[in-house]
Amino acid sequence: MDNKEILLTMRNISKSFPGVKALDKVDFTLRKGEIHALLGENGAGKSTLIKVLTGIESMDEGQVTLEGKPIHVKNSQHAQALGISTVYQEVNLCGNLSVAENIFVGREPMAFGRIDWKTVNKRAKELLKNLNVDIDVTKTLDSYPVAIQQMVAIARALDISAKILILDEPTSSLDAAECRKLFSVMKQLRAEGMGIIFVTHFLDQVYEVSDMITVLRNGELVGEYEARNLPKVELIGKMIGKDYEQLQQIESSKKTSHEAKENFITCRNITSEANIRDLDLDVNKGEVLGLAGLLGSGRSEIVRALFGADRILSGELNVNKKRIKRNKPITAIRNGLGYCPEDRKSEGIVSELTIRENIILALQAKRGMFRFIGRKEQNRIAEHYIKLLDIKTPGREQQIKNLSGGNQQKVLLARWLATDPELLMLDEPTRGIDVGTKTEIQKIVLQLAEKGMSVIFISSEMDEMLRCCGRMVVLNDKKKLGELSGAEINEQIIMEMIAGGKSV
Amino acid sequence: MKKITTNQIFWPLAAFIVLLVYNAFFAKNFFKISILDGHLYGNLIDILKNFAPLALLSIGMTLVIATGGVDISVGSVVAISGAIACSIIDGRLGIFDHSFVAALILALLSGIACGLWNGFLVAKVKIQPMVATLILMTAGRGIAQLITKGKIVTINSAPMMKEYYFLGAGYFLGLPFAFFIVVAVFTIVMILVKRTAFGLFLQSLGTNPKSSRLSGIKVDRIKLVVYTISGLMASIAGILISSNIKGADCNNAGLFIELDAILSVAIGGNSLNGGRFMIPASIVGALFVQCLTTTVYALGVPPEAISLLKAIVILVLCLFQSDSFRQKVFKGTGRWRKGADAA
Amino acid sequence: MKKGIFSRNFSLIVTIVLFLLLFTAGSLRYRGFFSAQVFLNLFIDNAYLIIIAVGMTFVLISGGIDISVASVVAFVGMLSAYLLRNGWNPYLVMLLMLLIGSTGGFLMGYIIHYFKIQPFIATLAGQFLYRGACFIISTSSILIDNPVYSTIANYQIKLAPRTYISISVVIALIVVIAGAITAKFSKFGRAVYAVGGNEQSANLMGLPVARIKISVYVLSGFCAALGGIVFSFYTLSGYGLQNIGLEMDAIASSVIGGTLLTGGVGSVVGSMFGVLIQGIIQTIIIFQGNLSSWWTKVAVASLLCLFIVLQRVISANRERIRRRMLNDS
Repeated sequence: MDNKEILLTMRNISKSFPGVKALDKVDFTLRKGEIHALLGENGAGKSTLIKVLTGIESMDEGQVTLEGKPIHVKNSQHAQALGISTVYQEVNLCGNLSVAENIFVGREPMAFGRIDWKTVNKRAKELLKNLNVDIDVTKTLDSYPVAIQQMVAIARALDISAKILILDEPTSSLDAAECRKLFSVMKQLRAEGMGIIFVTHFLDQVYEVSDMITVLRNGELVGEYEARNLPKVELIGKMIGKDYEQLQQIESSKKTSHEAKENFITCRNITSEANIRDLDLDVNKGEVLGLAGLLGSGRSEIVRALFGADRILSGELNVNKKRIKRNKPITAIRNGLGYCPEDRKSEGIVSELTIRENIILALQAKRGMFRFIGRKEQNRIAEHYIKLLDIKTPGREQQIKNLSGGNQQKVLLARWLATDPELLMLDEPTRGIDVGTKTEIQKIVLQLAEKGMSVIFISSEMDEMLRCCGRMVVLNDKKKLGELSGAEINEQIIMEMIAGGKSV
Repeated sequence: MKKITTNQIFWPLAAFIVLLVYNAFFAKNFFKISILDGHLYGNLIDILKNFAPLALLSIGMTLVIATGGVDISVGSVVAISGAIACSIIDGRLGIFDHSFVAALILALLSGIACGLWNGFLVAKVKIQPMVATLILMTAGRGIAQLITKGKIVTINSAPMMKEYYFLGAGYFLGLPFAFFIVVAVFTIVMILVKRTAFGLFLQSLGTNPKSSRLSGIKVDRIKLVVYTISGLMASIAGILISSNIKGADCNNAGLFIELDAILSVAIGGNSLNGGRFMIPASIVGALFVQCLTTTVYALGVPPEAISLLKAIVILVLCLFQSDSFRQKVFKGTGRWRKGADAA
Repeated sequence: MKKGIFSRNFSLIVTIVLFLLLFTAGSLRYRGFFSAQVFLNLFIDNAYLIIIAVGMTFVLISGGIDISVASVVAFVGMLSAYLLRNGWNPYLVMLLMLLIGSTGGFLMGYIIHYFKIQPFIATLAGQFLYRGACFIISTSSILIDNPVYSTIANYQIKLAPRTYISISVVIALIVVIAGAITAKFSKFGRAVYAVGGNEQSANLMGLPVARIKISVYVLSGFCAALGGIVFSFYTLSGYGLQNIGLEMDAIASSVIGGTLLTGGVGSVVGSMFGVLIQGIIQTIIIFQGNLSSWWTKVAVASLLCLFIVLQRVISANRERIRRRMLNDS
């Protein structure tokens, strides 16, 4: 690797926010023709480092040099002008503009003093074709699914950037095929001499494409490693900075059999507005049921339908042997269901409210507006769960937006646990969360099930599913392909089922 | 000290006090309260009387703004409610002629109906609040004109005139009766906000409606209720205003009062994006706006210049509440030191 | 593909069709309604509103709002009348007005963007400021008797025998055309749509958000001042209470013309038709003869309601289509 020409160096970068030292004398080096994974737990400082590099945050001290020349990035425009572009986890484009415009807005080709729309559309089409995406580029962006939007974002970044491409969690909304497509593009760009910074939580993906790995922890640099010389186990150790025994503990405590369990939910022929069609599903008491499938397989849509977040158009839904007619979130909650949605930020937390208020929210709604929970009891409940779930916060009156992602997720868990649910549905509860908290959440899930609560668990990390679930329903294309339980559960079989389902 | 200045009510209260202190020095007899015809009399009492409609509107507006909405139709609802009440008192509607009770009930019902309409558009049809209430704002004065058949209704000689006039301009225990109405309404709303989960739900849905729905909050119903309350407040304000001038003037009653109400809420330091809110702060805001008007009159400045003063007040208050403004202006001291500490 | 274009312009088409329907209805119902001059009068009487609506459209597309425009018009009328009476050069006065409008817009835009003050509040302050400033000049109405102004006001551009337009109409049409081209074919125009669609994204895409946001208020202030000049041609006087509520007319025109108040969607031509529809309702009510003018308000509000609900239905429909596509993909 050393023979490669150095593209970017960041030396002694420090950045403080009120009360937090986000970066403490961090070094980072990127070479030409290199895919460099930037890893770390949440709060390790990855996103701050990226923000400093792209000019969104200013650093307190440190030097950045690009191709040997010192630079001081002022804002994102400046970063782009220098040849540094970024694709963010959440698609940061404008849904109201056409696909082509999203690629070219701000730097449209002009002819005779006006935007040359023909060229815009033609070039957009070509750029997307290079990424194997063939779509009508004159349609508005929001008429396409997220995966396509992500590709459009990449196309834009590629067309702008000549030197450095930063991919911040680009794969979290892509399915396997789309990931593969993205990786081949990344490799192609690497061959062309581009430096790519790759931030992700999927460790397998790191090994699939990365040359180098830089690990951060608590705002400090742990080290820079060559990917092929760093075993995965060691990497995890460096990221969490503690023994990964915990992980193995869970492995061993994996649920055994679930025979003769009482039934909690039965669905027959459910069709929902989000296109779940004629689905049959049973959930037993005290089991952890995994919904396995790729993005868009219907795993999220099923729990949304059960919870009343999406309308059920036809079919029969029974909860506790009671037929549910008009399912709304509040009805579901009163029937003993709880639901942590996939999109924690926009559908989970209420950012302005305090931790206490976020925790009691669903319980209060369950009781109704006029059966007010007194302040004393609110405090008691909040303190109880802060302790129980080990939520790291200066106090219950902190606004939830000040917490890290993992702690926010714990508050959401507390919100539902406070309602004393019989079935808890967790959609990607560990996404974007550091490894340590991940393990804690998995543990909690298993403990809850032991106490007799049913859990529906969805995760795009197969390892996690395998660890937690006693039974799995495999889904593809909004249809149930089959069920596995106990010893039958096996990564290989699930993959084959999904692959088989796809070819039919 | 920091705790006090970060309290939401601090800034509006400070502004109000500054205004009072200014008056103490520059406006003659501003604080003089005498007894006239068996009740208290003076500038301060005038403020209490005249700020009643605005205070009511700002209560409703605070709730609406907390949901992330806005109700710009309240001025028109004021006109409608005044038109209905005065037309009945004057006996020109053809039904319930001269009935005091019917006038009140129908006027209040009109406000509720207007509020329900707004709430229906916002909560059920899912139209942006500003646009939804723009409809009634545009139509409202036309509707009021329909009720009064395009005339200015005066109730000087109507049989129940005295009783009606008492509501907005009468005195009770030496204080303006309208002030007691404000106190009563304020108390009821505060009980609703603090002693039930209504306040929490409002803040929650104003911050994040999606999360709120998934937490089991009946988002649509709360919105409907909030707009209805706003409509009801506007109709009470309409009664007070028309009672005070002994008549309904569809073109001018409550003109621009929606702006004053929003201004009061903003001066109260409530975020206009919804979420956190504080009704007492809005009331102080309304008090401030009214006090400003009274001050201008007391100083003998041409009343037209009030809008100029309001503009300056809006700018100063908003700028001081704006974090980025404080940072930019005071960065010479605050930021510098922080940087030095870090190094 | 064809359907996509149709649905994107659906609002605009409905607006135009509605205008034609109203015109046809008026023509069938009232004698003398169907004439080129009645049609052109719509432009003559509403030239100032069209100009203001163009500026407003940009602000609304950017996701903001400007409620200061009515006061700008009043202030421009007032100050021009005052300066002209004091013997200022009329062209210099016009130039100065445009400068004041733009500067005011710049200041409002600046505090909206840099101090994060709500557009509604910042322009509310602007509204009060301009309105108050009017009364510092004078509390009563001032007549304009400047020969240049009267000439421009009375000049008729003959298009055919007994059919003419005013200079104001020409100005308004130029503004509309320039606005439409800016919106569709300039980097600035597209960036306004981007900012209105998602400001954060626009920023991350490297668009100069600050400049764009401030510029739309400058543009709106400029258009309001130009509208004010045109309005003073129309009335040949200045008065501080002139045009109360005009900002709502401009916003209503934009909405009827298909602009979404959430930002990101709208068209200049649509807003022009929005103004014309309001104008034609007024004309019909005048032709009817026995209806009071406040019927206009009720009618406009009903239309507004209709259009808003229609937009809502369309966007809900689009959402459903999008979902289906998402699922089929």
